[in-house]
Amino acid sequence: MAESKAAEATLDKGEAEVKKDRRELLKSIPWLGIAWGALAAAVGGLLTGILRFLYPNVLFEPPQTFKIGLPEEYQVGEVATQWKDRYGVWVVRNDEGFYALITVCTHLGCTPNWLSSENKYKCPCHGSGFYKNGINFEGPAPRPLERAAIVLAEDGQIVVDKSRKFLYERGGWDDPSSFLLYTA
Amino acid sequence: MLDSIQAIIDRLFAPEILLTASIVLLLLFFKYRKFCTQNKWMIMLILGGPVVYFALSAFEENFWIQFSKPDNLPITLMLWLVIFFVWLAMRKGVENDERVAAGMPVAEDTKEQKEKVFVWPDLIYIEFLMLLAVFIGILVWSILIPAPLEEPANPQLTPNPSKAPWYFLGLQEILVYFDPWLAGVVIPSLIVIGLMALPYIDPNPRGNGYYTFSERRYEIPIFLFGFLILWILLVFQGTFLRGPNWNFYGPYEYWDVHKIVPLTNVQLSEYIWARLLGVGLPAFWLVREIFGIILLLMYFVALPVLLARKWFNKFYVQMGAVRYGIAVFLFLMMVFVPIKMYLRWMINLKYFVALPEFFFNI
Repeated sequence: MAESKAAEATLDKGEAEVKKDRRELLKSIPWLGIAWGALAAAVGGLLTGILRFLYPNVLFEPPQTFKIGLPEEYQVGEVATQWKDRYGVWVVRNDEGFYALITVCTHLGCTPNWLSSENKYKCPCHGSGFYKNGINFEGPAPRPLERAAIVLAEDGQIVVDKSRKFLYERGGWDDPSSFLLYTA
Repeated sequence: MLDSIQAIIDRLFAPEILLTASIVLLLLFFKYRKFCTQNKWMIMLILGGPVVYFALSAFEENFWIQFSKPDNLPITLMLWLVIFFVWLAMRKGVENDERVAAGMPVAEDTKEQKEKVFVWPDLIYIEFLMLLAVFIGILVWSILIPAPLEEPANPQLTPNPSKAPWYFLGLQEILVYFDPWLAGVVIPSLIVIGLMALPYIDPNPRGNGYYTFSERRYEIPIFLFGFLILWILLVFQGTFLRGPNWNFYGPYEYWDVHKIVPLTNVQLSEYIWARLLGVGLPAFWLVREIFGIILLLMYFVALPVLLARKWFNKFYVQMGAVRYGIAVFLFLMMVFVPIKMYLRWMINLKYFVALPEFFFNI
């Protein structure tokens, strides 16, 4: 009996020691640091994912610089609407040359329509109207349509560069790149 | 005969006439509120008139096209509901005002009105029945009139006319007359801020919890002017009267895409410098826009002071400088919207102050 009691006692003592060790072990782990670290990692990963999302692998956007054919293909006094769908520009030829208007209403960004019978661009959203040269004259649009850079390439084709915009109210239309001199 | 009547009605729905007529009718409704809410014939006219008008007009081809669009049906319903509830509230308010004048307790304060019932079953039972009714109503509606879905959006092809959802048509209408930052940001924020400020501007505890007009004889007309004229009426205009190229069309007019309306806008600076003084526009923007800036300062700074001295003196004394200042600014801002609309319709005024150099126009 005594033997077993002693054995029990040592067993108890051993269990207590083990328990104590386990507690010490648990205490020795820096839980708070791990928790904060995990939170930082999770939030950081989320933010990285969001940032990565802003830079897609593939961009389905039409090129900003594009060729639109030879000058002879355009009639004097006409607004060419065939590039509106693909590139978002109207190409206008007058007696002196060419200019390219960007098809974004300066009021809230709708796409106006060229009404040839009324000789104006008319926005269907709030009724802004622009003359053929892009000057706003009716409705709420506060400023004229923007023009894109337009030059002749070496192969004789017209090149439009939408990344360079010319704003009338900033005097941009006086810039030689905003207008392609061409008389034929 | 019928054609000429339709032409006259089309003319009456021109924006300047419609807005003026609506304001006059609303003021008459407030002035003759007892007659409007208690005379049998007036009740039939106010509540039945719109129904009869829409029902008769539905036989007209062009009216039917707009009226029967799945998008527009709820607007007709809403117009009638708004008229009905404004009328109902006014009727109860007039009754209560008469009771108070006669020394009786208001209708909401009588013994039977104060009787309490159990939530279960009395309230839940009714709520459940209503839930079923609304559910069945929406289900039947959605089966009978399919949702107006269109083809996938194409950024190069804007529908003509391009309309906002019905609850934003009032804002879209205001966007025609103001710069986007004003009509899209400042004015909607002021509507919300103004509604939040109402209980602080008017802390009159009488009139709480029951219908009344005489306890809120300034607040109710001002609020209803903002709600009925500057919101509901503009939604109606945007739904039924704005057609292709965002031109105004009469209710019986065919929506002709090629309708030409001369809308050439003129800035205030052009009116004064070029037309009145006969000199060209000054090059420097501050000189060019000086008249518009002075006019706006007079409206928003000098006018409140003048009003405080004269016509609004009663409110100024009652409310104190701060509360009066906030209230009168909100009020003037609200009135500024129709003023600008009238000026655009009548003299094609574009902006009081136009500073395209800074993307700032008022």
